[in-house]
Amino acid sequence: MVERITPLLWLLFSAGGTVAALLFPVHLFLTGLAFPLGWLEAPRQEFLHRLLTHPVTRLYVLVLISLPLFHWAHRFRYTLYDGLQLKHLTTLIAVLCYGAALGGTAMTAYLLWTIR
Amino acid sequence: MSAEPHYTLYHPRWYRRRVSVWWWLQNRSYTRFVLRELTSVFVAFFAGLYLWQLHAIAQGPEAYGQFLVRLKTPFFLTVDAVAFFFVLFHAITWFNLTPKAMVVRLRGKRVPDWVVVGSNYAAWLVVSGAVALVLLRG
Repeated sequence: MVERITPLLWLLFSAGGTVAALLFPVHLFLTGLAFPLGWLEAPRQEFLHRLLTHPVTRLYVLVLISLPLFHWAHRFRYTLYDGLQLKHLTTLIAVLCYGAALGGTAMTAYLLWTIR
Repeated sequence: MSAEPHYTLYHPRWYRRRVSVWWWLQNRSYTRFVLRELTSVFVAFFAGLYLWQLHAIAQGPEAYGQFLVRLKTPFFLTVDAVAFFFVLFHAITWFNLTPKAMVVRLRGKRVPDWVVVGSNYAAWLVVSGAVALVLLRG
């Protein structure tokens, strides 16, 4: 099953890698460093909430969280195989990695659905 | 003595040299490779952080305020700083790799690598600026 959908998984890997490369540095810099350290002012909840009611922002956030998770799943899976030599746990690792990515995607979609 | 004898199917004995789990520390380029592969962990960390923020925003101003306070703790500041450098490492290695993964042709001629890499960085700059502009308006 995993073998049959491998091309799709590679596609998600590279799409997620591109999204993470283009967008994560700026988001992480602002949310993780600049706002908490007081270099810049963090946006207020009302503003973000209003932003998230717009369909374009919703799609943006879904892509921003989901695709990089699949990127992680794919890359981390091979890191475990090669790095820690866990070739005998192939199926378990694949299920856990892609399962986590699917779970994260479902959670994002659900949260976006609850925001009105 | 009723136990069945246990036969193993014949196959030539495999020769496999034992490799340490730390094989990637013996050579600098192997270390770079594994560090690059490990960037994915920090990519996932940040996706999780944003999911958490989304949850806080959905819950209301109070939960969002708590989220902001939590991010000011030394633990999160440290992890975020480390994650930032790994994500940066991912971005740079990713952009530099694109001409190797994808050959772009224009009018039958191959676009030089530096143009492909350069346009990646240009797109990065524009997109980052746009994101910052939107988030700093609130």
